[in-house]
Amino acid sequence: MGFWQIFSDLSWAISGLMAAWMIYDTWHVQQQYDESFLMSSREGAEELTQKEAGK
Amino acid sequence: MSEQVIEVPKQHQIALKKVLSPIHIWGLGVGIVLVGEYMGWNFSVAKGGALGSLIACWVIGLLYTCVAMIDSEVTSTVAAAGGQYTQAKHIIGPLMAFNVALYLVLAYTMLEAADATVFGDLLQEVAGNFGVANLDPKPFVFLCIIFLAWLNYRGVFVTLTFNFVITAFAFIAIILVFFGVSPWSPGVVLHHADLIHGLPYGWIGIIAAFQFGMWYYLGIEGTCQAAEECRSAARSIPLGTMSGMITLVIAASLTWYICSGLLPWEYLGQATTPLYDAARVTNSTWMQVIMFVATVFSNLASANGCINDASRAWFSLSRDRYMPPVFGAVHPHYRTPYRSILFLIPIAVSFAFTNLLDQIITFSILSGLLGYTFMSINMVRFRRLWPLGSIHRGYIHPFHPLPAVMLFLLCVTVYFATYLGYGGQLLSIMAFFIVASLWFSFHRYQYVKRGDQFTMPWPRPKGY
Repeated sequence: MGFWQIFSDLSWAISGLMAAWMIYDTWHVQQQYDESFLMSSREGAEELTQKEAGK
Repeated sequence: MSEQVIEVPKQHQIALKKVLSPIHIWGLGVGIVLVGEYMGWNFSVAKGGALGSLIACWVIGLLYTCVAMIDSEVTSTVAAAGGQYTQAKHIIGPLMAFNVALYLVLAYTMLEAADATVFGDLLQEVAGNFGVANLDPKPFVFLCIIFLAWLNYRGVFVTLTFNFVITAFAFIAIILVFFGVSPWSPGVVLHHADLIHGLPYGWIGIIAAFQFGMWYYLGIEGTCQAAEECRSAARSIPLGTMSGMITLVIAASLTWYICSGLLPWEYLGQATTPLYDAARVTNSTWMQVIMFVATVFSNLASANGCINDASRAWFSLSRDRYMPPVFGAVHPHYRTPYRSILFLIPIAVSFAFTNLLDQIITFSILSGLLGYTFMSINMVRFRRLWPLGSIHRGYIHPFHPLPAVMLFLLCVTVYFATYLGYGGQLLSIMAFFIVASLWFSFHRYQYVKRGDQFTMPWPRPKGY
């Protein structure tokens, strides 16, 4: 087996591992945290907070 | 396995991490674009000759300077992920915003796919030089997309620091090669007098060259996707974008000067990697090595920036429920839009595996062009609804409305140039956006929480 074949196989393997890790982490986060918290980001939230604090 | 769900107080909100500075914005904007100097721009030479390409470089440079100025002003006010999408939502309305977000997601995802395809092709070529013919590039394409998505998933700071480093290398490489070809001694290494033969297709050739002239700068507007993650968007976005634009004008002019002085225009107009080929003509080993590494780096930087920008645009759409809200989640540890990053991977991979590079690139350019046309209209409306002094602006661009009018006219000219070469694709992408708009208006918009999407603490617009 030549260098380039090993390189190709390694690329598949490393990509597979990284993809699997991301999928696992996504599932793990979903188990650990409440969905409404994960989706609580709001556009311009900081600007709103600053404005309210300035009142 | 039992997992304990972490209780979070109801009022507690998660947000994207504010860690970026002007150098990251420069790395993001220039990183997406610089690959265009290493490949792509030279197709303009086939349309208009070497001189036509130079004129296209400067005229299109004017178009992008207008884009950078307009973007800097509006984004220094609307500091939110989504960039032009968020601007369109606040200034024009939801339908325009939906379309702009689609332009952004398509343009960046297709560009990412094109970068990954070229990355695979480059490794295939290297393998060919070592006697391994017809090596399958798919594993390298896949690795490129997955590795960069993984990097993006794990945090924006490390992602854009990485982009800054490899982009700076690719830019410095162009400068080193420029000095390596002794520009102070015309006729020794560079042979402009022998290789440039006026305008082979006349003035219409220059107009036709405009479409590929966009490659010199396509993607610089992506800087504003990072606005929500800047420590100070009002400072970082204008500084990063304008310095990025200056960098690109320098890089584009040097690239043209090097390549047109070393390669005949007939070859240059169809070369895959013109800067690398120019380095090969010099017979200098160090220049060849540096150009090869820089070509690979510019590809990676572009794909990396595109993943960052496409995911932010998709995240913003979902956060406003223009798309399923599940993609509007933020990772509690890395503080990235992790579900959007993950969702766009198979789309990019499937575009890349089709291997239709020229079609992918054309659709990417057209999506970008539609976005620029919107920006000119957006700017006029922005100044009319919120005149100077009514809201805080981090940057105010000069000579309004001249840049907006010039941008609009240049966009119309590039549409005409595109129609000359790719009329079918232009009409089909227009048809796609009309169908998407109908779907959004008659189906998707009913799920949008209309009151929640306008959160900027701006005063009521003038006349309302």
